[in-house]
Parts: sequence; C-alpha cells; structure tokens
Amino acid sequence: MTPEQGTRQVRPGATGGGHGLGEPATAPLTRDGPGAGSAVVVEHLGKRFGDRVAFDDVSFEVGYGEVFGFLGPNGAGKTTTVRTLGTLIAPTSGAARIAGIPLSAQNGPAIRARISIMPESPGLYLRLTVAENLRCFAGLYQLTDARDRIDWALQAVNLTDRAGDLCGSLSKGLRQRVALARALLNDPAVLFLDEPTSGLDPVAAREVHELIGGLREQGVTIFLTTHRLEEAERLCDRVAILNTTLRLVGRPAELREQLFTRSLEVRVRAALGDPGRVFTGLPDVEGWAQEPSGSYRLTVSDPDAAAPAVARALVNAGADILSIAESRHSLEDVYLELIDEDVEAKRR
Amino acid sequence: MSFSWGRAGAIFRKELRDYRRNRFVIATMAFLPLLFVVLPTIQLLLINASTSSAKLDAHIGLSLLYMLLIPAMVPSVLAAYAVVGEREQGTLEPVLITPIRREEFLVGKALAVLAPTLGIAYLVFGIFLGVAAIFAQPGAASAVFEGSHLLVQLLFTPLLAGWSIWAGIAISTRSADVRAAQQLGVLASLPPLVIVALMSFNVITPTLGLALGLAAALLIVDVLGWRAVAAMFDRERLITGTRS
Repeated sequence: MTPEQGTRQVRPGATGGGHGLGEPATAPLTRDGPGAGSAVVVEHLGKRFGDRVAFDDVSFEVGYGEVFGFLGPNGAGKTTTVRTLGTLIAPTSGAARIAGIPLSAQNGPAIRARISIMPESPGLYLRLTVAENLRCFAGLYQLTDARDRIDWALQAVNLTDRAGDLCGSLSKGLRQRVALARALLNDPAVLFLDEPTSGLDPVAAREVHELIGGLREQGVTIFLTTHRLEEAERLCDRVAILNTTLRLVGRPAELREQLFTRSLEVRVRAALGDPGRVFTGLPDVEGWAQEPSGSYRLTVSDPDAAAPAVARALVNAGADILSIAESRHSLEDVYLELIDEDVEAKRR
Repeated sequence: MSFSWGRAGAIFRKELRDYRRNRFVIATMAFLPLLFVVLPTIQLLLINASTSSAKLDAHIGLSLLYMLLIPAMVPSVLAAYAVVGEREQGTLEPVLITPIRREEFLVGKALAVLAPTLGIAYLVFGIFLGVAAIFAQPGAASAVFEGSHLLVQLLFTPLLAGWSIWAGIAISTRSADVRAAQQLGVLASLPPLVIVALMSFNVITPTLGLALGLAAALLIVDVLGWRAVAAMFDRERLITGTRS
C-alpha cells in the first residue's frame, strides 16, 4: 500500500500554522527541498523484525515549534517509530531527517545530540539524587554550561527544591518530571515524549500536561506518543494515527470533518407528523434521519447557517423544540472509527 | 564525533556514586578480598626458620597467587551487572538515547569496575606486605619482598582484572537476565583458579618466565576483549531484544 492509498493527509487551511505543515508528507529528502524547514521529515519509513512488521511505509513531517501527536493502539509501532527516529533502531526501509540531519547509523551520535527522548519508563538511577542524575546526563551531552542547564531544567519542571532528593524516594509523578528535566537538558531541537503520562494518576498526569503546555508556549518542538486521546486533543497541533501503517495525519478538527459529516441534532417534545415535509428543502440541510432516541439527525453543510432555518421550520410545523445542537465528534470518535475500519478490514 | 573521555567519565562517576550507595556492592567487594587474604597470611605466618628453600618458594608463590585471585574474582559480579543490570532497571535506554558511543559507555563501565578493584587488590597486598614485614620469619619476609614477586603482583593485578572485566561485560551485553549474567561472570573468572590449582599441585611450577608469558597473553586478551565487547554491543538488540 502506498502512502497515497493508505494515509489520509489532511492539510491545514490557508490560515493554518506557520510550520510549513501544508507541505505534502511525502516531500523529497533534499537539503533545500520542501522538508528542509521541518524538525522531522519521515518518508516511507518502515521497520520489520524478521517476519513481523513493526510499522510500514510511514511518511509525515513535523514543523519546528509544533506539538505533534502520534496515536495508535498498543502494538501499533509508535514506540518503535520513536526509537527508530532516535537512532536506537535501524529502519529496514525508507528515509528520514531529524533536526536537519539524515537518519543513518553514522549520524546517530549527531542526531542524538540534537534530540531528546523521554521513554515511557523514566529510567532514573534511583540511588542517585535528582541533581546527580541530571549531572550524569549533562556529562553525556558534554554541556559546557551544565550547572545553568540543570538549574533551568529543574526550574522548568518545578523541582528545584527536590534537587537533593534521592530519585528512589520520589513518587511516580515526580520521577516523570525528573525524566522530563533530563530530556530538556540539551535544549533539544525535537523532544520525543513516549507515553509521558502512562501509569500516572489524574493529578500527576495533569501536572505533566501543564509542563508540556508550558514547553509548547516556549516553542519547543514536541513529538508526543500517546494513546490518551484527550491528551492529544488538548495538547497537539496535529496528530497522526498509526496502526502499523499511518492511517491519518492532520489537525484534530480537520480529522473530525474528514471522517464525519457535519450534523445537527434536533430534539422536540413530540415526534413530528411528517418530518420529511419539515426538513426537506431547507437551506444547507442535505438529509435527515430519525434516531432511535426519537431525536432527528440532520446532515448539514454549515451548522451555523442551517440551525436558524431548521428552528423556523419546526416552529411553523407547531413543534415544541427542546434543543438544536451541532453533533460534535471527539478525537476519540475519529480514532475508534479508524481502528474499527482496520479491525473490519482484517476480518474481511 | 570522536571518542570522548568526558562522556566515559560521566558513566564512570555515576557508577562510583551508585556503588557507594549500594551496601550489597560494598559488602561483596570487601568480603571476597578478606577471604583471600586470610589463607595466604596464615600460610606465611606458618613458615619457620627450618622450612627448606624450595618449600619456602612454593609457599610464598602460592600465597601471592591467592592475592591475584582478588583482581580476578572481585570485578566479575560488578562487570556482569554492567549492561544487563541497567537494561533490567530501565536505565539503559535513556543513556543510549544520548550521543554516547558504545566504546565510551563500555570504557566508562570498565574503569568504574577497575578502579575499586585495583584499590582493593593493592590495599590487600599492602596489608599482606605489612604483615610479612612485621610478623613473618625474616627469610619468608625477604622472599615476599623479592623484586620478581612484587613485579608479578603489580603487573598481574590490572591484567587479571581487565580479563575478568571484559569477560563479565561481554556476558552482560549478551545476557537477558542479571542472575544468569552474574553466575556466568563468576564462572568466567575461574580460569585463574585453575592455574592456582595446577600450581598448588605442582603440575605447573611458578617461575618468572611463566609469569611474564601469562602477563603478555593477558595483555593481548584484554586489548582484544575491549574490541570484541564493543563489537558485540548492539543498541537495537539491547533495547528490543531482537538482533538488528
């Protein structure tokens, strides 16, 4: 399957973003090509472990300063993709450029110097203090201003007062924050966050969300791997949905529009005698159906334009209107729709 | 990017801090040398004026060979933990995500095992020399302080440690389980014991020439060992468990 066949590319509108996101995800990998201004350019990337396909034919771009969500069910290949882009794993096909550097084993140290990955598990040295953990990594990044960077990173995650605490004594949420501080040490061009709120309670997860939100405001490019859809919807400029192959890339709102028709949900006190006569021919109303709950779902081209006409028609028909509201689909609906399609396709 | 001693040093310092805070590591490092110093010391103190010259040489030679078991045995458990231990506690991936090269990582790890091993081995040997100088029969003391014996001790201590360290790290790099790696690491440090046994049963006569020959062989093994372990260190396999 080619990306053109398998991936739905949703391009932002004329007003959307300044990150070069409107470029096709299959832009050629030339230094001065369309992807040159992007933090991450991935082209037909794939990885197999023997006969098992981890991910295949994945193409997308991430602009500088963008928060890019990478969604997918367990085993979809999200973490393997991140590890591949982080040069921990060699791809079996395709190409990529990370922070302007072509992905190759030879460029591994240079790429790893320009990015950070916060793995799902914090992986801290539990017998070392927070500051000692960060000092070790400052040494690995060869930071000349290590002390300042450590102070800054601790401040960024609100852990300055816990610098002397042993990591083993910290809660799971605090350990996650230390891991985030560690990932910020080298001022990465791209920050990969792999399931950063996995296993955290809602309060700790909210703290991590706030930190990511803060980094976003500072213009840090973030590649967020998650299966928490509300997290992606809240934090990400664009999302990609992966299920071994890339299923869809775009802004959450655009994905909703692409997958679902826009509709109005009309609730009236008593069923209409002849709904066809009420709804047919109204401006912007393309169709209607009665829901099992008794309400009516109207397919519309523009909900804002259609709603007043629908209200007038209902009043003229003598109906008691309880509500007229646009049906809103969440990112979760988009996600489940796509994953269900995959399940259905496999069944066939 | 060329080899960076700074990055190797970051691993080295982190390891030493970690050892200091791990009672199990400190206890293991202290206990083994104590065990190996007791027997040679008793043997040394049992030598009296009537002991024949040949017997004296054999006793001293054997005592000093026991000393050499310290650098062979002490680092085996730590070296065997070096990679698989980090992998098991989830700290390997964050390190491998940094620009560190495998050679830097391995050198940092190896030096962190070598430094305390040498410290302990030389300290114990120093104690042994002190006991010999103060309490041993004068003939035995002068035999202990013989130049060739001192040279062999000084030379063999780092070489044996190097052999044990690279064998341990090689096992650690290929192993998926800490306990299995440590058991294999101890087994890998056994060949020196075989030599000790052969010498104690007079199958091999300990001579200076033999010692220098073994030292040269160990030096070659140590250099090749570091190269071989670096070649075996596969990021992808270590992270995913699957060969790249």
